[in-house]
Amino acid sequence: MIEVFQYEFMRNALIAAVLVNIACGIVGTYVVINKIVFISGGISHAAFGGIGLGYFLGINPIITAVPFSLVSAVAIGFIGKRSKLSEDTAIGIIWATGMALGIIFINLAPGYAPDLFSYLFGNILTISLTDLYIMIILDFAIILIVALFYKEFFSISFDEEFSIVVGIPVRILYMVILCMVALSVVILIRVVGIILVIALLTIPASICSQFTYNIKKLMVGSVVVGIISTVAGLFISYLLNIASGASIVILLVLIFTVSFFIKNVLNSLTRRRHSRSITIE
Amino acid sequence: MNDIIVDFKNVFFSYGDRIILEDISFSVRQNDFIALIGPNGGGKTTVLKIILGLLKPEKGIVSVFGGKPEENRKLIGYLPQSFLFDLNFPINVFETVIMGRYHGLLKKYSESDKKAAIDALSTVGMLEYMNHHISMLSGGQLQRVLIARAIVREPELLLLDEPMSSVDPASQKSIYELFHELNKKMAIIFVTHDIGAISSYIDRVFCLNRKLYYHGPGEGSLGKLAEAYNCPVEILAHGIPHRVLERHKK
Repeated sequence: MIEVFQYEFMRNALIAAVLVNIACGIVGTYVVINKIVFISGGISHAAFGGIGLGYFLGINPIITAVPFSLVSAVAIGFIGKRSKLSEDTAIGIIWATGMALGIIFINLAPGYAPDLFSYLFGNILTISLTDLYIMIILDFAIILIVALFYKEFFSISFDEEFSIVVGIPVRILYMVILCMVALSVVILIRVVGIILVIALLTIPASICSQFTYNIKKLMVGSVVVGIISTVAGLFISYLLNIASGASIVILLVLIFTVSFFIKNVLNSLTRRRHSRSITIE
Repeated sequence: MNDIIVDFKNVFFSYGDRIILEDISFSVRQNDFIALIGPNGGGKTTVLKIILGLLKPEKGIVSVFGGKPEENRKLIGYLPQSFLFDLNFPINVFETVIMGRYHGLLKKYSESDKKAAIDALSTVGMLEYMNHHISMLSGGQLQRVLIARAIVREPELLLLDEPMSSVDPASQKSIYELFHELNKKMAIIFVTHDIGAISSYIDRVFCLNRKLYYHGPGEGSLGKLAEAYNCPVEILAHGIPHRVLERHKK
C-alpha cells in the first residue's frame, strides 16, 4: 500500500485531507452548536452558481465559487434576520437560485464541462497544487478570524439576545460566521463535492459533541476525526475502487452510528450502576 | 425627581396588526422593586425589551438613565427567559457568568473580570459549581447562574424575565430573598405570568394586559403582607378569597 505515496496526486490528496479538516473541524463546531446545518447546505448548493461561472469565464471554478458562496451566505443571513421571510424560506430560495445560475452558466459556456461531476460529488484525487494553496490561504483566514473573535462567537452562539445587551455587534459577527461557513464550503467542494459538503461540516462535530462539553476540545476532536475518516475513506475508495467522496461520507456515518451506540450504552450503564448504589443504601 | 431611572411616556407597540402595548406610562426609581404581571402575550417581555433597546416603540418616549435605551445597557443586568437555552451547549457555569463582563472586540477578560464572576457566583451561592456544565444543574441552580451573569457588571437596574419558571417552590423562597438582598444595591423589575406567587418585598405591582394597571404603595397593604401571612411568598389575587389588589378601574 505504501507505493501509493509515490504518486503526486496521492500526496496532494493526503495534504488536502489535513487542510480541509482543519477548516471543517473549526467551522463545523460552530455549524453544529448554532444549529445552522441547513444554512450551510443552502450555501454549498448556491456555490454551484460560482462553479458554473468559472466554466463560463474559463477560470478555475474554485476561485469564482469563493465570491459566490460569500454572497449567498450574506444573502441568507440578511433575508433570514431582517425581512419577514423565515430563514428557512431564505435558504430554499438561495439554494435553488445558485443551482439554477450554475446550470445556465454551464449551458452558456463554450464546449463540454468534462470534470463537472468532480465538483458535484468531489474527487480528492484530482486536487492540484493551486487547490492546495487556496486551501492554505482559506485555512489561515478561518483560524485568524476564530482566534480574534472566539469570545464573541461563543457568546453569540449561546445567547444572541444577551450578547446584544452586553454590546457585542451580533448581526455583523453572525454574518462573519456564515462567511466562514462559505469559505469552508469552497475548500470542501474539491474533496467531497457540493452535494456531500454538509457531511464533513456536520458529522465530525456531532460525533465529538457526544463526548465533550468543552468547545476547544470539540474543535480539535472534530479536526482529528475528520482527518482520520477522510484518509481512511480515501484508502477504502482506493481498495474497493469506488468514489472517494461517498466512501468518506459513509465511513463518517458509520463512526457516528457506532459512537452514538457507545455513548448511549455507556449512559445507561452508569445510570443502572447509579440506581443500584441507591438501592443498596 | 432625579432618581427616576426608567421613564415611559405614552408608549405604543405592536407586531403587525396586533397591538401589544397601548399608551403605557410609568416610571421606575432607584431601588424600586417592581413586579410586572399579566397574562401570556400581555406585553411583559416587550416592556423589558424596550427598556433594553432591543425593540423600538412605535410612539411615545422612553428614557433609560436619562438617555436612549441602547446607550445605557451597561447599567442594566438582564435575565432572559430560561427555556430559550440549549442545555447541551458546550458551556460551563463560570463561562456563562463571565460573558456578562464583555468589554469590546479584541479585549480579553481581565483578572478583575474573573474576580467579579467569582464574586457574583458566591453571591448567588453557586461558587462550588463553577466548573459544572450547565446541563448538570437543576432549574433553580441554572436560574441562580443566570442571575449571577446578570449582576456580574454590578448594574443599577436588574430586569428579570420569568425568573421563577422552572424553579421548584422550595427554592423560590431563597431566590426571593436573594432578590431582596440585591434590591439594596439596584432597582429590580421582574416579570411573571403567574399571578399566584408574589413576594412581599415588592414595592409596586404593574398589571399589564395591553394597558398598564398600577398597584402602588397607595393601596397601602403591600408592605404589610409579610406580617399578614407570616411568610415572604404570598398568594395575591385580584379576587376572592383574599382581595389584596384593587379592581382595575375601567
